[in-house]
Amino acid sequence: MSDHELIWRIAGGSGDGIDSTSQNFAKALMRSGLDVFTHRHYPSRIRGGHTYVEIRAAGHDVQSRGDGYNFLLSLGDSFARNPQEEAYYGNEEIKPLAENLDDLREGGIIVYDSGLVSEEDVEALNLEERAEENNWHVFPIDLRSLAKEHGREVMRNTAGVGVTAALLEMDLEHIEDLMEDAMPEKILEPNLTILHDAYDMVQEEYEFEHDLRIPKGEHDEEQALLSGSNAIAYGSIDAGCRFIAGYPMTPWTDVFTIMSQHLPDMGGISEQVEDEIAAAALAVGASHAGVKAMSGSSGGGFALMSEPLGLAEMTETPIVLLESMRAGPSTGMPTKPEQGDLEFTLYTSQGDSARVVFAPGTVAEAYEQTRLAFHIAYEYQIPTIIIYDQKLSGENSNVPVSFFDREPEPTLGSIATEDEIAEMPHDASGKFHRFQHDVEDGVSPRSLPGQKGGRYLATGNEHTPEGHISEDADNRVAQMDRRMAKLEAIREELETEHESNQTYFGDETADFGIITWGSSQGAVQEAVARLNDQGHAVKAVGVSDMMPFPENEITEFIESVDQAMVVEMNATAQFRGLIQKELGRYGDKLTSLLKYNGNPFEPAEIVEGYEVNVDGGDAEPTAQVRIEPAAGD
Amino acid sequence: MSAFNAIGEDRDIDRNEFTPGLEPQPTWCPGCGDFGVLKALKQALPEVGLTPEEVLTVTGIGCSGKLNSYLDTYGFHTIHGRSLPVARAAKLANDGLEVIAAGGDGDGYGIGGNHFMHTARENHDMTYIVFNNEVFGLTKGQTSPTSPKGHTSKTTPHGNAKSPIRPLSLALTSGATYVARTAAVNPNQAKEIIKEAIEHDGFAHIDFLTQCPTWNKDARQYVPYVDVQESDDYDFDVTDRQEAQEMMFETENELYEGTVLTGRYFVDERPSYQDQKKELGEMPEEPLAERYFDDDAEWERSYDLLDRHK
Repeated sequence: MSDHELIWRIAGGSGDGIDSTSQNFAKALMRSGLDVFTHRHYPSRIRGGHTYVEIRAAGHDVQSRGDGYNFLLSLGDSFARNPQEEAYYGNEEIKPLAENLDDLREGGIIVYDSGLVSEEDVEALNLEERAEENNWHVFPIDLRSLAKEHGREVMRNTAGVGVTAALLEMDLEHIEDLMEDAMPEKILEPNLTILHDAYDMVQEEYEFEHDLRIPKGEHDEEQALLSGSNAIAYGSIDAGCRFIAGYPMTPWTDVFTIMSQHLPDMGGISEQVEDEIAAAALAVGASHAGVKAMSGSSGGGFALMSEPLGLAEMTETPIVLLESMRAGPSTGMPTKPEQGDLEFTLYTSQGDSARVVFAPGTVAEAYEQTRLAFHIAYEYQIPTIIIYDQKLSGENSNVPVSFFDREPEPTLGSIATEDEIAEMPHDASGKFHRFQHDVEDGVSPRSLPGQKGGRYLATGNEHTPEGHISEDADNRVAQMDRRMAKLEAIREELETEHESNQTYFGDETADFGIITWGSSQGAVQEAVARLNDQGHAVKAVGVSDMMPFPENEITEFIESVDQAMVVEMNATAQFRGLIQKELGRYGDKLTSLLKYNGNPFEPAEIVEGYEVNVDGGDAEPTAQVRIEPAAGD
Repeated sequence: MSAFNAIGEDRDIDRNEFTPGLEPQPTWCPGCGDFGVLKALKQALPEVGLTPEEVLTVTGIGCSGKLNSYLDTYGFHTIHGRSLPVARAAKLANDGLEVIAAGGDGDGYGIGGNHFMHTARENHDMTYIVFNNEVFGLTKGQTSPTSPKGHTSKTTPHGNAKSPIRPLSLALTSGATYVARTAAVNPNQAKEIIKEAIEHDGFAHIDFLTQCPTWNKDARQYVPYVDVQESDDYDFDVTDRQEAQEMMFETENELYEGTVLTGRYFVDERPSYQDQKKELGEMPEEPLAERYFDDDAEWERSYDLLDRHK
């Protein structure tokens, strides 16, 4: 698909409206019939600092960011700090131009706002020389003045979009429609004028020597552009979740705010509370009383949820928690993606883990697996966690609108109604046997406070069937075994009653395999397609079931290849470790490709990782990607 | 039709209904003040017309946390310091329930202090009973947030350098709308205060002095006590924040000087959190939990939210 694609990068200062401009432009590309995929890169800073959004668009299936990009719109950074000489953060004003040159492909286009950067700074970049070497087409255009002529300086983003459209010979129709939808009357008029002025100016004043044009495409059906966070929120709504509690933290805040925006209008409740301990405890309390409830956070906040999470396991209170990873440890890099919280999420909280963990790989999977998380949580009375990251949280891709046209599932799962409770076991004083020893799949139906005949004690202590605190050895073993049996029942249900959550790509007969999990799936998918095109026999699996682990599927996959490479965004090969722990072998068959510099994998890095693995050699694929050899190597 | 038919049930209530018919019998030490809380609750609940299955008692960890093992209601024995967030969410989910949270002074004023402050601030419609024995009892006598300055224990061998927390003042400043102190040795007052707290619309905080004969032998047994409403020595208006504040300050000081003052300290009519949320359209009028049992309920779909994404 790299033969004809646009990868448009809009770069500027954080706070310069890059996000909203790119969102509209991505939708315009989608409406014109293209598949789109966005990637957001922004600094962990209040305002200013170099930020960019990349939109990849092509006529067919786009699952990942690409390798580098081919069109730069550099808008300057209006919040740039004015550094003293040798400040460690360097000259910020020029960064939206300077910092993006390394990734620009040969033959690419550069449009930069000459109204915002000084000629001296541009000269210092050797731009002319580099442009010649790389066959770049450079358009210095005073976007700021273009904007000021008809409106305000901040409208230079619109001017930049107009220039982009002209250079790509792209029709303005969809862009205009979107501006009309998104902008209030007062600013719409000047923006439309600026858009057209910029467009006409480029057409009249420049001769085009570049080859890049807007790709063509057509969709069979109407599309919607959504982020992973949108998909998780929508999956929750369609699962009947009407209660969320949380505390703001990047990147989890995205889902929290989307839910908070909708729930009150849907008769639901959103609670922003004092800390994440409270947030998870509220979800437990709400679910205990008979509501479908969720909470979540990112690494540091999720750490505070460990104890309520254990309480939910012990009291068998269904909840859904989100773990939206960012680069750690500690505060780490708040706006950068990493897959470093896997082991933490699987095992945090005291005692043996009894939870379910899904790691969706795409926007569509995020929706499906969130719905499934609620279904499993409420049927099996068990906490279910969606683990994802800053990448999936913020990246947008198009999904057919019809994908969402399905029935909601607002059932509370394995609860007993008052009539059912009346028929079920009680002790002589009338206490309900909420935690019966011998029940199918380990699931003992629960009553809800306020129901007649259902009173019992829920407790974080080990307990008897009616909930009394007990340290009796026989009871302990019976209760532990029953709670753990639920995981086996869930594994069975996932295997037999649902389509697999694992996604397979590539040449089925291949003897080299790539295994990845969560949001790295898209880049792997594309790398495998590319390797297959080049004639290499490679296949891959993107794994979503973290716990219970899909033993049979992964064993079968690894058995079918001679060697497998595990691709993940962390430094200690956590998922490879999980595979070996769960399967008890294959240490000598699995290598790792690891990246933890704060940026997600590009497909080419995975291709290179494959080449190093297969062809040997000591070279790391690139400076910031690391190969971890198999045991014994 | 409700799915929760224990709520609002109109029937005669036998006061023994709140006593479990079988084990467990309380394991509190002989002479423990916690018996006083249990007894007062068992008397108060039927007197305000509540039946066991419309009450949810949420406790933390500590000797006090065993309360709902010995009180026959729906119970949730949670984790140390976290009874309040669990309890208030249950009330939000189904505000037909009568929700009573309870814990010790370490649980409520120490590890759970942040939740105490915010639950009071938000004014959730519930009752919170803090068993205050000025010591950590379950873990064998360590200094707690309400232990007096100079208190010696295995964790403070040279004496406690910290001044005790001021529970009543903290509740008032944080936003609680009913604040009282009672003592296990004063069962009639305790019962009346619990009844008032349950009937109060908003966050009702009771600092309940519970003597610990095992680990706090040096401490006063909270006798004799003085009821500030009944004594001629004290005259203040419980609806006046300023006067309440002064009375609380004096009460908190006097406890460590040997005079046990008890009674109602502050009563305010500020609307409860639930009422405020409903007024803003942030919470449904009908209990949210009922909706899951309503076959006619219409459930919104994300499909209808997609226009913004097209």
